This record gives sequence, structure tokens and C-alpha cells, in this order.
Amino acid sequence: MNFGPFILLHPDDNVLVCREHAAVGQVVSFDGADAILSADIDVGHKIARYDVTIGDKVLKYGAPIGSMTADAKRGNHVHMHNMKSDYISSHTREATGHG
Amino acid sequence: MAEKQFQAWLRPDGRKGIRNVIAVAYLVECAHHVARRIVDKADDAEVHLIGFPGCYPNQYAYDMMEKLCTHPNVGGVVLVSLGCESFNRSSLTRAIEASGRPVETFVIQNEGGTAETIRKGLEAVRRIQTVANQTPRGQMDVSELIVATICGGSDGTSGITANPAVGRAFDTLGALGAACIFEETGELVGCEKIMASRAITPELGAELEACVQKAEAYYTIMGFGSFAPGNAEGGLTTQEEKSMGAYSKSGAAPICGILKPGDQPPTGGLYLLDVVPDGEPRFGFPNISDNAEIVELIACGAHVTLFTTGRGSVVGSAISPVIKVCANPETYRKLAADMDIDAGRIMEGRGTLDEVGEEITSLVLDVAAGRKTLSEAMGHQEFILTYKAFDPVGPACLPLKQF
Repeated sequence: MNFGPFILLHPDDNVLVCREHAAVGQVVSFDGADAILSADIDVGHKIARYDVTIGDKVLKYGAPIGSMTADAKRGNHVHMHNMKSDYISSHTREATGHG
Repeated sequence: MAEKQFQAWLRPDGRKGIRNVIAVAYLVECAHHVARRIVDKADDAEVHLIGFPGCYPNQYAYDMMEKLCTHPNVGGVVLVSLGCESFNRSSLTRAIEASGRPVETFVIQNEGGTAETIRKGLEAVRRIQTVANQTPRGQMDVSELIVATICGGSDGTSGITANPAVGRAFDTLGALGAACIFEETGELVGCEKIMASRAITPELGAELEACVQKAEAYYTIMGFGSFAPGNAEGGLTTQEEKSMGAYSKSGAAPICGILKPGDQPPTGGLYLLDVVPDGEPRFGFPNISDNAEIVELIACGAHVTLFTTGRGSVVGSAISPVIKVCANPETYRKLAADMDIDAGRIMEGRGTLDEVGEEITSLVLDVAAGRKTLSEAMGHQEFILTYKAFDPVGPACLPLKQF
């Protein structure tokens, strides 16, 4: 499902993914209501689909991809500043040679 | 959707191929030039060069060559040996003969050297092709297809467009009875729990988790770095998010089993290919480039491979056609002549995942029916095979197979 410059990857997700650059102050509409972007959002980045609070799992592809480390309002940027990996530090090494 | 039945080559061993390739295989690097000249002089899109460069023995490499030379897309084989290498050419010749395929073996040291072996090998290609061309044709159903997927040259768009679109195609093809194989255990770190929950038995689930843990340990020893700054710039925040992008190629079907390179899927449905060697790392990186992995998927019987790319890989493969699915719309505009599917249009609202998934499914069926992929038409026949070591899979990895 497309919401203007954003896309919903899975019905269970609480984030939307940006598919073309969206500017701060831009009004985007999804799930039947508007939201005003509080930051520039680049392709591939995420915004909150709902209000989310610290400790909430972030769901993308219908799967947990980490947890919120701060609250975010609907339409806010979700990234390094307000979410983190749920993995232990030993999981921070990764195989990038295949991808 | 395209036709679910198509005409295929019916091999004497009962398998069905969508191409009728003559493989010319060098059994050590010292025979590579002679084999390549035979293929060059044959000047035929259906004559492909494969081989193993090593002089030291390796069971994995032998098994891979046997599976590749008896692949359903292969109609016959010419083997080119120097003569003193350790590769067991007699055993390989017998295995190809046992599969009912024509094979001729040339030992350069006994044939009179470079020029004579090229001349005799070229004549053999013509003889074997004549036999292979008499292979009976008959109906093949989508349920008899083996379809593989790999990603390479990934970027921030891969996990949003091309990979989940391939996942949609996998769901459709798997539901029609095809065997679908995904891989990249090293990039499934963070997905092992959710992946295990899709296993058809708890024991298989435990094996799926174990194989990702093996990958993590192996790559750590190889010295791979952590989450790269470029990933974050592209919008990815965590390791598990990056892994999920690769994992999304697997679609949503239950996972039927784990294969190791050369294992044939015993039924239709979804399988994970474990590409990471067992035991202590001995021979370096698991696969030194994407084509090594494509060759492993083909050794598992893959008739066709779906290759997703964001940055824009252009590779194909010997033996089985490669369909290129481009994730990034900018890349597609630059490399359209190399890209079979424009999945990047999803980013620009010119298509949905379901639509692109259907397009991929249709193209798989068209390619199975004989349509050439772009890389195939341009003569891409990349091939690479190196040293590795694997233990056989246990019964828990293949619950549907009768051991």
C-alpha cells in the first residue's frame, strides 16, 4: 500500500518506509489521517505509523527489527536517534560480502 | 500468468531440463585454456565452460562437479584433464555415463598437447551435441521446477522492492509445487528466531538457528566488520533490519528444510541453502563472489535463478539462466539493458509488490519455456568453483526426505 512518498511493507508494521525524498513540513496522509513531517526523510528511511513509546518493538516486514529508545509521534523519523538493535553485542559483526 | 506447463528436455535419469547445454569442463587450471578454446571455437550459446582450478583433492569440489555435469539443464559433457591433477576424472566420467548423458574425456598429456586436444575436443562437442539434440522433449509442470534466489550489489532499496517481490513470486511458485531455494545465512543474523518459527518441525527450527549461528561465528573469524555507515545513510538502523531485507526474498511460506551445496530438494516448497562450510575455517571466505553462490544453487538443481540487485550487478551463469530483478529505479534507468525486471518502480508508485511478484512469476515460467534472459542473450556464462568442506545434513534438516 502506498501513502504518498511512503510505503507500507506489511500490515502489522508500525513504520512506513520512504520511497522518494520528503521534506520537513510536508503533509502526508496515511491510515485516514494527515501527519506533518518534522524532519527531511530520505529514500529508505522510516517514519512511525502510530505514536510509539520507549521500549516498543519496531515492526518492519512484519518482524521486529529493534526497539524504541525514545518516544516518537505518528509521522516522526525512526532511526539511530530513537531506536536500537535487540541483539547482543556479539551480533554487531555481520557478513556483508554477500549482500 | 504464463502457462504452467511447458516443453522440456526429458533426461534418461528421469529429470527434466529447461535448457540443453553442453558443458565443457576443465578439471584443473592447467587445462583451462584448452577447454576455453574448445568453447570459443564451438561458438554456440548452448556450449558452456565450467571447471575446477585446484590440483589438490577436495570432496566438495568433486561432488559439485558431479552434480553440475548431471544437472537437468545439461545434455552432455566434454571433460578436459591435464593428466596429473588429483581430480578423479574416471569417477566423474562414470557418474555422467550412469546418468545416461553422453560424455567424452580428453587428457592433454595423452592427446598430443594443446592444439590436438582443442581439435579433438571440438569434434567431441559436435558429436555430443548431436546426441543431446536427440533428447526427447515432453511436458514439464511448474511443480517440477527448482527456482533459486540470491541478492548481490544490494542497497537500501533491495529489501523494499526486489527482495520482497521475489518473496511474493516464491510464495506463488511454491504454492504451485515448485521447489524454491534461498540462501545468505551470513545475512540472516537477526532473523534466525522468526525464520525458525516458519520451520515445519521444531527440530528443523533448531537446525535453522544453528546454521545462522555457524555463519556468524565463521564470518567473525573471517574478520568482517560491523554494521556499515552506508547502511545507516540508506535508512537502515539495525543489523536485524538489514538481515530482514535479505530474508524477505524467502516470502512467507513454511520452510521445508535445509540444503547444503549439491543437495537436491526432496519435494516442492521452500528450502534454505546453507553456504557456510562446516568445521574450522580452512579455505577462506565461504563464497568469494556472487557467482560461487549461484553455482551452488545450480548444483542443488536450480533450473533458473532470481538475482536481486540495487547497485546493479550484470552477471549471469553457466548452465542455468539468471533473471535480474533491479531494486533501484535509478539503477534501472542506467542499466535497463541488463535488468529483466524493474522492481524499482515500486519505489516510485508505478507498481506494487504483488504486481512485480506476478511479473517475476510469469517471467520464470516464460524462461522455463525457452525465453532467454537478458544476461543469457548477452552470453553471460560466469562460473566459479573453489575449495570448501561440508558435513552432510542430518535427518532433522530434511523432515520430508526418506533417509
